[in-house]
Amino acid sequence: MWDYSEKVREHFFNPRNSGPLENANGTGDVGSIKCGDALRLMLKVNPETELIEDAHFQTFGCGSAIASSSALTEIIKGKTLDEALKVSNQDIADYLDGLPPEKMHCSVMGREALQAAIANYRGEVWSDDHEEGDLVCKCFAIDAVMIEDTVRANGLRTREEVTNYTKAGGGCSSCHEKVEDILIAVNGRLYNSEPKHGKAPAQSAVKPRLTNYQRIRKIEDTLEAIRPMLQRDHGDVTLIEVDGKKIYVALSGACQGCQMESATLGGIQQKLVEALGELVRVLPVGAMAHH
Amino acid sequence: MKPIYMDNNATTACDPAVVAAMLPFFTEQFGNASSIHSFGAQVGKALKEARGKVQTLLGAAQDSEIVFNSCGTESDSTAILSAIKAQPERRTLITTVVEHPAILSLCDQLEKESYVVHKLRVNKKGRIDLDEYKSLLNDRVAVASIMWANNETGTLFPVEEMAEMAHEKGIMFHTDAVQAVGKLPIDLKTTKIDMLSLSGHKLHAPKGIGVLYLRRNTRFRPLLRGGHQERGRRAGTENSAAIVGLGVACDLAVQHMADENTVVKKLRDRLERGILARVRNSFVNGDTLYRLPNTASIAFEYVEGEGILLLLNKEGIAASSGSACTSGSLEPSHVMRAMGIPYTAAHGTIRFSLSRYNTEEEVDRVIAAVPPIIAQLRKLSPYWSGEGPVTNPEQAFQPEYA
Repeated sequence: MWDYSEKVREHFFNPRNSGPLENANGTGDVGSIKCGDALRLMLKVNPETELIEDAHFQTFGCGSAIASSSALTEIIKGKTLDEALKVSNQDIADYLDGLPPEKMHCSVMGREALQAAIANYRGEVWSDDHEEGDLVCKCFAIDAVMIEDTVRANGLRTREEVTNYTKAGGGCSSCHEKVEDILIAVNGRLYNSEPKHGKAPAQSAVKPRLTNYQRIRKIEDTLEAIRPMLQRDHGDVTLIEVDGKKIYVALSGACQGCQMESATLGGIQQKLVEALGELVRVLPVGAMAHH
Repeated sequence: MKPIYMDNNATTACDPAVVAAMLPFFTEQFGNASSIHSFGAQVGKALKEARGKVQTLLGAAQDSEIVFNSCGTESDSTAILSAIKAQPERRTLITTVVEHPAILSLCDQLEKESYVVHKLRVNKKGRIDLDEYKSLLNDRVAVASIMWANNETGTLFPVEEMAEMAHEKGIMFHTDAVQAVGKLPIDLKTTKIDMLSLSGHKLHAPKGIGVLYLRRNTRFRPLLRGGHQERGRRAGTENSAAIVGLGVACDLAVQHMADENTVVKKLRDRLERGILARVRNSFVNGDTLYRLPNTASIAFEYVEGEGILLLLNKEGIAASSGSACTSGSLEPSHVMRAMGIPYTAAHGTIRFSLSRYNTEEEVDRVIAAVPPIIAQLRKLSPYWSGEGPVTNPEQAFQPEYA
């Protein structure tokens, strides 16, 4: 269950100014029934002074939505419309001694209801430009839509850049996978941590060819890196011959004649393919004799 | 007043007999079952006994078909990942839209890795269409994973029949049965179910213990390697205290099985009838003819679930909501949406899940507590006016989407 402040609990259990308001002359309906939060704010405004003489709410929503609505009505009563418009969602949250990050949208809804109700009183049309997505970063309360928009607007490519632009992922780091998913969704792929404005390396279609000497050194280095793993299982591997795309090795110790021999060779081949950037076959030394 | 616990589908209280049986395994019986000395041997014997008790509850043919692990989620992941690793040529999975996230999140991840996942839809009672299921069974399917009982509504799926259908086509069948085990009689040896997930803490054993039932001769690849424990199928030193506790819990479940379907069911039905008679615009979700005996999922229209839970909690009553508001996501529960429950009701759904520890007196206290709570919240709701919903509620209140 949520860690609500005493103030939130108190306003939920004993909401102020709830229910319809007789003779209201400004009404704002905001929220989304889909998201389970919807609020109607009703104002009684003195046309002479533009003073909010009374404010009531009706809310379909969770505990913090009801508490935020209740707090909002208390904050704005007695204020002029212009003063009331300066009330931010943070003011509502502060009034309640804070809200859990997942519930900050309740205070945002309160502020929007206020704008809508005042617009309604003034005969204006209020339109909402705020869209909210699933909460991604719980440390800084950043949602998916916010991250997506920022990624698009700034052409961000890496998780580090997202953190620099939005703060998302800058805390406990447990949302990094979700941030990367958004980057993939927007960019179609995930880029390595290279600076966005840095020079993109010219991707030449042809890889620089290794000399024979370099190639054999690379094969030896790769095998050298694999050996400790085999030695741990009391086995070993030695390079015998390189014949074009065929690389002959000798397995010794426990590897020799082991049922897993072909799997081991397969693993070595995979490593060599990766290291050399070309398709090669790794064969046991025995296979050489047949030639 | 003594608090009332009606959230047994979330977790259950450890039975005192379970706790008593576990305690020696934290002190004098601390040995590692793999050790050759007497410290280990005694523990090994206790594990064997516990395995037998789980086998009895599940009606498994062999005790070696019981693989202990850490939780239901691990069992689910092990089963699905094993099925696709053991049959790399099969890249399709079948499941349902109302599974637990332990299955759905894993399937979402597999889709990203270009597996094909067919999720069977449900109708407004939460039932699946067996013809749709049948049409999906082919030799590209690695595994069909269908939950036995839904955690939110208690609705049962005909998994025994579905396992037969999969078996005829040579397809592995897994069921997430964490809500069903201990509440329904199960006899796996007479079914074609290949794998089944069980979670200890849903049946009065402690948290942190789970079981994967793995039918003999089912092709298998372990999730964790690195030891001979569980015959190499789940490496890692056994959680001996919890395994012993689960054994006792299974024993008790066998003894109380009849009660679940008589005593507990009667309490659940009394609760449901009592609330529905006193609260207008409320209804029961799910397949009321074919569901768990302990679960009541009740939708209260035009109010939101978290508020109900907070007010119930104030009265010392613990339940849970189908609303995702309590889990941090904004959309209502995927199960309610899959059944097409309107948002105005889905958000106001409360799940009461009972156990053999609940009493008639508790049920009556809940029946008395609920109506004023719903009335109090409806007074705050823009969809409600006086004694009933406003006329044309969906039109009367159309908030701007924020």
